[in-house]
Amino acid sequence: MLEYRVEIALWAISGIIPFFMLNIWTNNNLNESINISDVLLSRYFLCAFFVRQFSVVWVVFSFEEDSLMGKISPYLIQPLNPFFRYFAQHLAEQITRFPFALLIAFFFFIFNPDSIWIPNLGILLLSIVSTFLSFLIQFLIQSIVACLCFWTEKASSIERLLFIPTLFLSGLLAPVVSFPAYVKSWIYFTPFPYLIDFPANLLSGNETNISGGFSMQILWIFLLFPLFKKIWSEGTKKYTAMGS
Amino acid sequence: MVQNIIDVRNLSKSFNVSSKEPGLKGTIKHFFRRQTKSLKIIKDISFEINEGEIVGFLGANGAGKTTILKMLCGLIYPSEGSILVSGYLPFRRKENFLKNITLIMGQKQQLIWDLPPIESFYLNASIYGLDKFEAKKRIKKLSEMLEIDEELFIPVRKLSLGQRMKSELLAALIHEPNILFLDEPTLGLDINAQRNLRKFLHKYNKDTNATICLTSHYMKDITSLCKRVICVHEGKISYDGKLDLLLKKLSPVKEILIVCRSEEDAIKLEKSGFTVKNKIKNEITIKIENNSITSSLKTILNTFDIEDLFINEPPIDEVIGKVLIKKDYDI
Repeated sequence: MLEYRVEIALWAISGIIPFFMLNIWTNNNLNESINISDVLLSRYFLCAFFVRQFSVVWVVFSFEEDSLMGKISPYLIQPLNPFFRYFAQHLAEQITRFPFALLIAFFFFIFNPDSIWIPNLGILLLSIVSTFLSFLIQFLIQSIVACLCFWTEKASSIERLLFIPTLFLSGLLAPVVSFPAYVKSWIYFTPFPYLIDFPANLLSGNETNISGGFSMQILWIFLLFPLFKKIWSEGTKKYTAMGS
Repeated sequence: MVQNIIDVRNLSKSFNVSSKEPGLKGTIKHFFRRQTKSLKIIKDISFEINEGEIVGFLGANGAGKTTILKMLCGLIYPSEGSILVSGYLPFRRKENFLKNITLIMGQKQQLIWDLPPIESFYLNASIYGLDKFEAKKRIKKLSEMLEIDEELFIPVRKLSLGQRMKSELLAALIHEPNILFLDEPTLGLDINAQRNLRKFLHKYNKDTNATICLTSHYMKDITSLCKRVICVHEGKISYDGKLDLLLKKLSPVKEILIVCRSEEDAIKLEKSGFTVKNKIKNEITIKIENNSITSSLKTILNTFDIEDLFINEPPIDEVIGKVLIKKDYDI
């Protein structure tokens, strides 16, 4: 069991990109150019870390392996879409990660005592909801890509392509508010800012359009879900049950 | 009245496969101009299976047996023809259809590797809409039938192949399906485990009147469970009928080993017109047709001084082996 605990801890630690980014931003005084104080920026990146911890998705890799090895065959003849299994696995792992994420936050506050704050209950609940919606969007996007396994066998390559805009446009490396005006003119129509930037701003108490953010998150879920259902239904017709 | 539960009409299945020449040149060529061709794995087959029947699908590797099972349970989509299983089109995977069937593949597992089987059983139970009380009752009943107890609480990765297979069966049967598709369920099991599994399947069929479609390369599975076999050769049905009849047709003669009191008697018997396979001193092996076996033995016992005799059935594997390489058996 020790191996599993270490693995979960390592997974939690592997999501510390936002802390590296915080370091780069504050050491170079880059935050001055966007009028965000050190404290607010620290809170933003800590929240980005939390949102990332609870919205990270790897369903495409699990599904790709299972589908190529024929492991999904027994699940396909059960009266439950196999993606519910992956969904449950993700949720279970997120819950397991929670204590490790708290521990990392604890150390973060020791080194950044000025950043300590307690969000009000309403904001905290809204942030949890928006993080869950962010997870749903990412899960749906990856599930759609995963279904391409029925045609391409290597759908994870497409996911790697998608990872680039996710990394740069989601707010993981920098708050979206710091982006050039021409990027900001179109980026809010894409799902990316609602993956990290919106929930992280909400939780950290930075200025953000709450109703607009939630509306866009829900809109993207409504757009992606029927697309997933369609591609799943077409894909399963192509399934050849390889490896079994 | 016996009800027809599986109805297959003019079923065909084709797969697109790509081929690649070996080496770097082949790889580069394959990258730029991929060559694919359509392979017809199942060719226009039709059959019916009645409720409660146990049917064995026989065929060489790649004959198409598993592909047929996969289409029957709705795992893959047929290219042509129609399939009705329990009144449903399998590939539509309707909830009521899925609650009625199960598929067990000897080389694939559905149990969660790092957890004890009991966790997978309760998960499956909730997927099939069973409450905890009913699930507990069924797990108890099936684990008694399968003779597994402590193994339920040990992580799957620590179980032996036989224990794992029994647990797989339990997981696949917890919803008490009426139709079982078993693809080589005894693969890799030792003789005792194979026998126990066959005993269990026989009992399950007797108790629930479930229909069982089975593929296996172990002839003992087929002979002890199936009265009817469907032989598949290169995607076509080469024989569909009773196993007994097939065996009679394929092995029309029996070998009789006769031990004579003296070598002179053995020599006389050798010259008496029977087909002799071999003779060693006073022991002689002759071949007699099945339909004249009683009269021939009567003649031998009355004419010669016989010490002992043994009737040898031809090995079943050898007989069935003939089916696997032949296109058609018109019986």
